[in-house]
Amino acid sequence: MLQILKNRILKGILTRRIEPDSSRVIAEAGLSVRQAGSELRFLIRKKFGRSLHIRQVDTGSCGACESEIISASNPIYDLQRFGVNFVASPRHADALLVTGPVSKNMLIALNKTYEAMPEPKFVITCGDCALGCGPFKDSYYVCGAVKDILPVVLHIPGCPPSPLKIISSLTAFLKTS
Amino acid sequence: MVCSEVIAGIKNIFGAFEALSVTQAYADEIRIKVSPRLFKDTCLALHKMFSSSVYMLFASDERRATGVFTINCVFGNLKQGQWIIISIDIPQDEAYFDSLAKSIHSASLFEREIWEMFGIEPKGNPDLRRLRLHNEVWPKGNYPLRKDFQKLQTGDLGDYEFDRVEGDGVFEVPVGPVHAGIIGPGHFRFSVAGEPIINLETRLGFTHRGVEKLFEGQFCIEAIRLAECVSGDASFAHSLAFAQAAEKISGISIPKQAVYLRAIFLELERMYNHVNDIGGMAVDVGFSFPSAYASVIKEALLQLNDSLTASRYLKKVNTVGGVFKGLDENRKQILLNSLKSIKNDFDELIKILYSSVSFMDRIDTTGALRRKTAEGLGVVGLIARASGIPADLREYFSVVYKEAKFKMATEESGDVLARLKLRIAEFKESIRLIEVFAGKLIDGKEISVHPEFKGGRALGYTEGWRGPVLYWLEIDATGFIQRCKVVDPSFLNWQGLSYAVLGNIIPDFPLCNKSFDLSYSGGDL
Repeated sequence: MLQILKNRILKGILTRRIEPDSSRVIAEAGLSVRQAGSELRFLIRKKFGRSLHIRQVDTGSCGACESEIISASNPIYDLQRFGVNFVASPRHADALLVTGPVSKNMLIALNKTYEAMPEPKFVITCGDCALGCGPFKDSYYVCGAVKDILPVVLHIPGCPPSPLKIISSLTAFLKTS
Repeated sequence: MVCSEVIAGIKNIFGAFEALSVTQAYADEIRIKVSPRLFKDTCLALHKMFSSSVYMLFASDERRATGVFTINCVFGNLKQGQWIIISIDIPQDEAYFDSLAKSIHSASLFEREIWEMFGIEPKGNPDLRRLRLHNEVWPKGNYPLRKDFQKLQTGDLGDYEFDRVEGDGVFEVPVGPVHAGIIGPGHFRFSVAGEPIINLETRLGFTHRGVEKLFEGQFCIEAIRLAECVSGDASFAHSLAFAQAAEKISGISIPKQAVYLRAIFLELERMYNHVNDIGGMAVDVGFSFPSAYASVIKEALLQLNDSLTASRYLKKVNTVGGVFKGLDENRKQILLNSLKSIKNDFDELIKILYSSVSFMDRIDTTGALRRKTAEGLGVVGLIARASGIPADLREYFSVVYKEAKFKMATEESGDVLARLKLRIAEFKESIRLIEVFAGKLIDGKEISVHPEFKGGRALGYTEGWRGPVLYWLEIDATGFIQRCKVVDPSFLNWQGLSYAVLGNIIPDFPLCNKSFDLSYSGGDL
């Protein structure tokens, strides 16, 4: 206990100050997503207040995206302060965060997870593989990108996207009006 | 060891042995070709001779050139830093070979893989269920790694049969493929009577993306980027093993500076993953402060990677022939200074963990994998070392690690505590090694050479943070890949987890799982 107290005091607060750089994020994401984005913002404000609960599903990613999503919740980036939480069950989720190209084996699981979510719900993709399958595009075992299977409203680009990128992409939609 | 010694050794154990050809392709690679009927006994002899598990067993479709499939089985003669590869030719119309699985358990998963990917039957293997091409979505009779596989043909779909445990009061707990955390997909089926687990069956393959097929036809230098995406948290180890295989074939020797740099990056990758696992163990027993503390250290290491190479996960650092990014004086100082503060933080983290009696009590004797089981299963890498098996490729194969007086860490008890201790010891050793290697860097010296390609085949290998990452690479004269077989340590170690959890309670499964910390995508390919 003393060790914990000592380190707690010595370390102080590590959390970084992050301003959502909304204009840049939206510009990078492209026009079609921008339109969807305005809907999304409206949706979040109207339906979820400022709290967004996310269920993550890996449909064939290499694990780097997961690592960065976890990093986004560490004390330095502290995603939770923006009202974004990762939840254990799709039943508790507002948004589905999908990483990786969709492997044939994960197709059923992905659809079932989406179906299990209550309305209103939307899908976010994270990482280059989820957008266009990345290096796995021509594989015999990849069904396609997530957008071919579910309606995607926001994409977080990168291989893998850094925690800062994840947070700024998410908060840009939450904060700007 | 030279070829004649190996042959004499095999003959000693298996008198009727006769080789079709024996070649020492490289200093660390001896290839022996035998006729299919001698395959099993020759493998058993090598297994006994070097007390080596099967590190790799894979097929190659060479029907276009020679009209046959080949099967290659790789054993490690670790003490002398050599790989022994037994190969046989199999005619297309007699597509089967003698199974090793009943005598050498570590061969069984590989044989299932060969059966589903090539349709070559390992005769005598009691378990031919598919690993990655799930019966529910992949029709029978489609063998994707055959060269003439073009498009999926329709056929019968089926179901997967789980092992059933029967008896009074036995019930099943199926978990996954989608788990509660932010983690890859896999299906775990526990059979439980009361609290303790009496059987755990893992069904994986959910992240199968056909990596080996995707390698085929790619240009060698570009394909290294695909190697980085096989397992994202071990991207440097994978790119390194791939690059080494390609460099062996092209016959270049890379500059010493690049060897040191690669060793530094490899250790940095080991460090961020080990500290992540230590934090993960804390979070899986609900001890949140140290886990947050560990994630701060991990973040510091990732940011260090970023400032050294412009990539948090050390991607696009390696190339065939060396590395892209050197460390100038300025960056070297950043590296050494960061390591100092990381070391202090790490020591504090360990103090916090060790001073918590309830944490230590929870991990001590939990999830024990005995040495005998570990040897029988053929688990590799850190998991093997935690059970007392001295196996670390850095110790036996690497010149620069020998120079730096690398000290291999092992533990005896094989439980979660042993794996924790091992990660701590390896983390500290990594810091020491990086400091030694950094001292040998000279600014401005060349860090890569241009590779000239000629056709050939070779085995690339490196000790990643999970264990040995192996790449078998065959390229044609213009540098295009014909076959690439990847073995991530996770592939062999998943079965270790199934044995480690026996007798433990289900709530301890996440803890055992995290102490193994295996890659879904690396195992599924």
